[in-house]
Amino acid sequence: MSLFSGKNLDYLLGPLSRNNPVLVQILGICSTLAVTVKLENALVMGLSVTAVTAFSNVILSLLRNTIPNRIRIIVQLVVVAALVIIVDQVLKAYAYEVSKQLSVYVGLIITNCIIMGRIEAFALANKPWPSLLDGIGNGLGYTIILAIMGFFRELLGSGTLLGHSVIPQGWYAANGGGYMNNGLMIMPAASLILVGLIIWAHRAKNKDLIEK
Amino acid sequence: MNFLRNYLDKQKPKFDKGGKFQKLHSVFTGFESFLFVPNRTTVSGCNIRDAVDLKRTMIIVVVALIPALLFGMYNVGYQHFNAIGALAETGFWQLFFYGFLKVLPIIIVSYVVGLAIEFAGAQIRGHEINEGFLVSGLLIPMIMPVTAPLWMVALSTAFAVIIGKEIFGGTGMNIWNPALLARAFFFFSYPSKISGDDVWIASDTADAISQATPLAQMSQGQEITYSISDMFWGFIPGSIGETSTFCILLGAVILLATGVASWKTMLSVCVGGLVMGWAFSGISGVPAYEQLLMGGFAFGAVFMATDPVTSAQTETGKYIYGFLIGAMAVIIRCINPGYPEGMMLAILLMNTFAPLIDWCVVQNNIKRRLKRANAVVK
Repeated sequence: MSLFSGKNLDYLLGPLSRNNPVLVQILGICSTLAVTVKLENALVMGLSVTAVTAFSNVILSLLRNTIPNRIRIIVQLVVVAALVIIVDQVLKAYAYEVSKQLSVYVGLIITNCIIMGRIEAFALANKPWPSLLDGIGNGLGYTIILAIMGFFRELLGSGTLLGHSVIPQGWYAANGGGYMNNGLMIMPAASLILVGLIIWAHRAKNKDLIEK
Repeated sequence: MNFLRNYLDKQKPKFDKGGKFQKLHSVFTGFESFLFVPNRTTVSGCNIRDAVDLKRTMIIVVVALIPALLFGMYNVGYQHFNAIGALAETGFWQLFFYGFLKVLPIIIVSYVVGLAIEFAGAQIRGHEINEGFLVSGLLIPMIMPVTAPLWMVALSTAFAVIIGKEIFGGTGMNIWNPALLARAFFFFSYPSKISGDDVWIASDTADAISQATPLAQMSQGQEITYSISDMFWGFIPGSIGETSTFCILLGAVILLATGVASWKTMLSVCVGGLVMGWAFSGISGVPAYEQLLMGGFAFGAVFMATDPVTSAQTETGKYIYGFLIGAMAVIIRCINPGYPEGMMLAILLMNTFAPLIDWCVVQNNIKRRLKRANAVVK
C-alpha cells in the first residue's frame, strides 16, 4: 500500500474540514477560547498541539499491542505528559515571549480532548503511519480554527495582525477618526460567539452535517 | 381605500411564486398587512382569534414609549444648554428641536439597519415579516447615550437582530431582549462610548461635556447633587429615554390599561429593588426609593422586564423573575464598582433563567396536584 493512498490521504485531510475536531466533534473548545486573543499565540498553540497529537499517536500506536488494556489511560497520560513537557521546554527556549503569554495553557495541552480522543479512537487500533497522518490532520484541523479565530479577534479587538498594526492609524479617535477597537473581541465570550458563527458557516456549506 | 386595495390586488401576482418580483414576496405581504388587516382564515382545526394581533400589541407599546421619547428629546436639549450655561435665554421649542435633531439620526439608523436585516432574513427563509422589530427599533435608541456614534449603533443593532433573534428563529423565539442585547454588545465592545461621565450630554464641539449621572455619583460614594424631583421628572443626564420616571409611569399606565404588560412583573421588580435598596442603603448611602428613580431602573421595569417573549410565562414565575431582576440590579449597582448601572445585566441574566423559573413553577404545580390526587384515591 502506498504511503499516500486514498485512505491514508483521507486520514490526513478529513479532519481539516469534513471531520474537523473543533467544528464537527466539538472537542478542544476550552483552549480555543483561551488562546485566540492574538493570532501568533493561536498559531503557536495550534502547532504545539499538532506536534503532541502526531507524536503521541505514533508512540501509542507502536505500543498498542503491549499495553494491558486496564492501565492504558495511565500509559497514554505518561506519554502525552512527556511530550507536553518537551513542547513546553522548546517554547521556553525558542519562543519565550509567546510561551510567557500562553502561560499555563501550554501545560494544559495534556487535557486537550482532541489528543486523548485521537489516541483512544484511532491510534490504539491502527498502524503507526496512518496514526501519524491522523494526528497531524487533527492537529492541523484544530490549528486552522484557532487561526481563523485569532485572525478575527486580533484584527477587530486590537487592530493588529501578528503584532503589526493593520487598521490605518488615521481611523482612530485619537487622530480624528471615528474608529475604535471592539473590546468585546478581547473577552472570552466573543470566542464562543465566533466558534458558533464558524460552525454556522461550515454547516451551511456542508449541509449533510446539520444535526436533525 | 378601495383604490389602494385594487392597486395592491393588481400588483400581487407579480410578487407570487414565478412572478417578476418573487424575491420580494415577503416585503410585499409585509406592506400589505401593514395597510390592511389580513383576510386569511384558518384552514384547519378550531381556533379562537383575538382581535388584537401582534401588530396592534406592538403599536400599543410604541405608543406607550412616546411620552418618554418626547421627554428624552427635550431633556437632551435641556442638558446641553444647561451645561453650556445658556439655559435661561433658550426657549422650550429650541430645546426640544435641538434634542429632536440629535436623537432622530439614532432612531433612523436603528430602524433602517434592523428592518433591513429582518426583511432579508424573512425573505431567505420564506417567512412572513414579523412586527417584532417595531418596538426593538425604538427601544434601542432610547437606551443609548445621545453621543453614541451612529456606526456603533448600527453594529449593535445588527448584532442584536442577527445573533439575538434571527439565529434563534426570529420574533418570539429569542432568549434575550434584543434591545438590551444591542446595548450589552455596545457596552462591552465600546465601553468608553456608553459609560463614564463624558457621553451623556450632546456637544457641538470636539470636546465632550463631562457631567456625572446620579448613578455615577452614587457608585463613587459622592453626594448626589440632583434633587429627588429632578430625578422623578427626568432633568438628569442619562440614556435618551430612561431619565424621566414620570413619563415612564405614563407609559406603564397605557401598558397596564390595555393589558399588554404584566403588572406582576412591574410590581415585583420594584419590590425587589426596594428590598435590596433598603438592605444596601448602608453601602450605597442613598435611601431605597431613590434606587427606583435613578438610571434605567424604571425604564427596565416597565418596558424591558415585561417583554412577553423573554420574561417568565407562568404567573407565579413572574413574581420570582421580577423580584430577582430588581434585587440583582441593585446588587450590581452597589457592589460592583465596574458597573454603576445594573439594570441591563440583571434583566439579561434573568432572561436566561426565565425558562428555568417556569420549569420549577410547573413542576411544583404538578407535584402539588399529584399529591392532592393521591390523597383522594387513598
